[in-house]
Amino acid sequence: MTDEKDKQFAEVLESLKDVPGPVMMAMQKAQDIYGYLPLQVQLQIADYFGVPLATVYGIATFYSQFRLEQPGQIKIAVCLGTACYVKGSGNVIDKFSRILGVEAGHTTADGRFTLEATRCIGCCGLAPVLTVNGEVYGKVTEDSVDEILAKYNQA
Amino acid sequence: MKTIQQLHEIRESLAAKIAERKEGAATAGLPNRYVLVCGGTGCTSGNSKIIHDNLVSELKERGLDKEVQVIMTGCFGLCSKGPIAVVYPDGAFYTHVKPEDVKEIVEQHIVGGTPVERLLHAEKDIHGQLKSINDTDFYRSQRRVVLRNCGVIDPENIDEYLATDGYAAYEKAVTTMTPQQVIDEVKKSGLRGRGGAGFSTGMKWQFTHDAQGAVKYVACNADEGDPGAFMDRSLLEGDPHAVIEAMMIAGYAVGAEHGVIYVRAEYPIAVHRLEVAIAQAREYGILGDNIMGLGHKFDLELRLGAGAFVCGEETALLNSAEGKRGEPRQRPPFPAIKGLFGKPTLINNVETYGNIAQIILNGADWFASVGTEKSKGTKVFALGGKLENVGLVEIPMGTPLRTIVEDIGGGCPNGKKFKAAQTGGPSGGCIPASLIDTPIDYDNLMAIGSMMGSGGLIVMDEDNCMVDIAKFFLEFTVDESCGKCTPCRIGNKRLLEMLDKVTKGEATLEDLDKMEELCYYIKDNSLCGLGQTAPNPVLSTLRYFRDEYEAHCNGKCPAGVCKALVSFKVEKDKCIGCTLCARNCPVGAISATEEKASNGRPVHAIDPKKCIKCGVCISKCPKGAISK
Repeated sequence: MTDEKDKQFAEVLESLKDVPGPVMMAMQKAQDIYGYLPLQVQLQIADYFGVPLATVYGIATFYSQFRLEQPGQIKIAVCLGTACYVKGSGNVIDKFSRILGVEAGHTTADGRFTLEATRCIGCCGLAPVLTVNGEVYGKVTEDSVDEILAKYNQA
Repeated sequence: MKTIQQLHEIRESLAAKIAERKEGAATAGLPNRYVLVCGGTGCTSGNSKIIHDNLVSELKERGLDKEVQVIMTGCFGLCSKGPIAVVYPDGAFYTHVKPEDVKEIVEQHIVGGTPVERLLHAEKDIHGQLKSINDTDFYRSQRRVVLRNCGVIDPENIDEYLATDGYAAYEKAVTTMTPQQVIDEVKKSGLRGRGGAGFSTGMKWQFTHDAQGAVKYVACNADEGDPGAFMDRSLLEGDPHAVIEAMMIAGYAVGAEHGVIYVRAEYPIAVHRLEVAIAQAREYGILGDNIMGLGHKFDLELRLGAGAFVCGEETALLNSAEGKRGEPRQRPPFPAIKGLFGKPTLINNVETYGNIAQIILNGADWFASVGTEKSKGTKVFALGGKLENVGLVEIPMGTPLRTIVEDIGGGCPNGKKFKAAQTGGPSGGCIPASLIDTPIDYDNLMAIGSMMGSGGLIVMDEDNCMVDIAKFFLEFTVDESCGKCTPCRIGNKRLLEMLDKVTKGEATLEDLDKMEELCYYIKDNSLCGLGQTAPNPVLSTLRYFRDEYEAHCNGKCPAGVCKALVSFKVEKDKCIGCTLCARNCPVGAISATEEKASNGRPVHAIDPKKCIKCGVCISKCPKGAISK
């Protein structure tokens, strides 16, 4: 499995060889392939493009989308943008946090759930909004929290 | 590759069909029937894709798939009533459609000829007749220029864009106008940057045109980061070619052959639509080395953001597009002189570009005939928060806020009182009820302490605490601060700490004055727009809601929001001892007391030491016996 990913990634690097300003794109594609940015991959990128590891690490820690730790299987991202906040998404994320036992930005000990507070994803007409592995749920309430967790705990 | 002649032919053959969709009613002699399904992100989350697929299969089963076309379009704007589907030629506007409703729609309406009444957008006129969608409160005051094709065409089909005069503006510009004439037209229109700052677009084009250098870039800022704003997303998802065409015209005007669209990663559907549009344009020879055989070169690439609000600031965006940390640069030099990879770069917002083709086709005077003296044209707003009709609207500049909130937005739901409208996102300010008749334009909003911003307009009602709102925005900007300059990195953080003290009831009146002073210091000394505008929500709420701040200094939160200043209590004479509250309390803070209610069951009480003020008890109590 990992050999396939490594091969895929090697092809990505090759395709970016002559592109100006390629480091961030390489990191974005690496995260698409590996799910996060292991140190080994960061070193590989630094090496390939001839920049210090500190530069790659500096980019990884600047942008909120880059993950340096392996994420859980189920990523719950609750939108805390203005429209959602004004309609109570803060209470929704607090409830997830209480039930799952993790703070936002962390993964449960069994590796199943990652809870994140996300920036506005632009579905403000459906506020409050959250996504589970990218799938959008609109008009969520505190009761929806139980429904959603039940759905994924059964899967 | 298609020749100009071929492009004209495609345009002519489809023009009548698309025009019919815009009119919202049948045109004589056209038997074409079709269903438009909204494919914006909001409706997609409501399974509009499944609705689309169900329609296709139901029609196929009845052998109607050749006669009735099903098209996935961009955002209609009435997001709170989604998923939306419109059946033509009747113009029946269906709302809250579920995949299970498709069978009924096909059988009863498309085959049987009778619309499904329970799903129709239910506004009736004085005669009790269902109104045409263009006459409903939501759409009547709108003037859809930038959004003209959203909800009308299939954004993944370049032929449909061509049919609505797509790429005709580019053809007109390069065959009948010089680059300077194009720039003059944009200047004359009075178009100002729609990203928020409102700088004269024509002047920006002039500066980039005049800059020295053989290689220049045209960039599009699609990093729509303001929470609550989704104007750009809707345009990119619903009519991506409009942006592409505008960038091509810009390239011709300023002398650039390369374009870069920087899109935030949180918009995967928009990214996909752009990729499809760019590929189709290249296939038709509209992007490439010899556009339409007219001899000019232009091509585009996409670069994605990775979740940093500051990258919406133009110089931070350029750094990020170059693959680095998105930290802003000193200006001067401005991007027009030294931008992407050090080359002169024109950088404009998505919505700004959304106006260009129409200005070239219809003329600057046409554009300037709408709006106010210094703010011409229309503006797209994303209405959100405590409103009946949340969604996307486009209105002439100068429309009073009251029209937006009450007529188009339908007012605050549940009988609550309007308290404030916030414009400009985390950089903007609040407009209180006393100023609800303010005509919306760049200068009026600046004068009352807010700003146009990108177009997010969030409505708050009596249950929102303005101090809490200011703190919410500041938490956001502090988190998103890139950290490069001291006034923002440290100043805004200190400001947030002071606000926090206020929400905890630990601040004094003197602290409020210190906060205000700090705000002005940060505004005057920060490197970029993020730092310079982060104090705006604080200043604006201090200006119009000072009494609320002072109440907090006296230990009260009038709206009942700030947890430290609110205590939850069971009203003894209303409690019926049903124990719903106690059973649902996540921390077991509610228990029975010795007292009995009139039905003999024990009255319950909340232990203030355990209570975390989550509010679950209030939502569960059947008697409204718990208050803050």
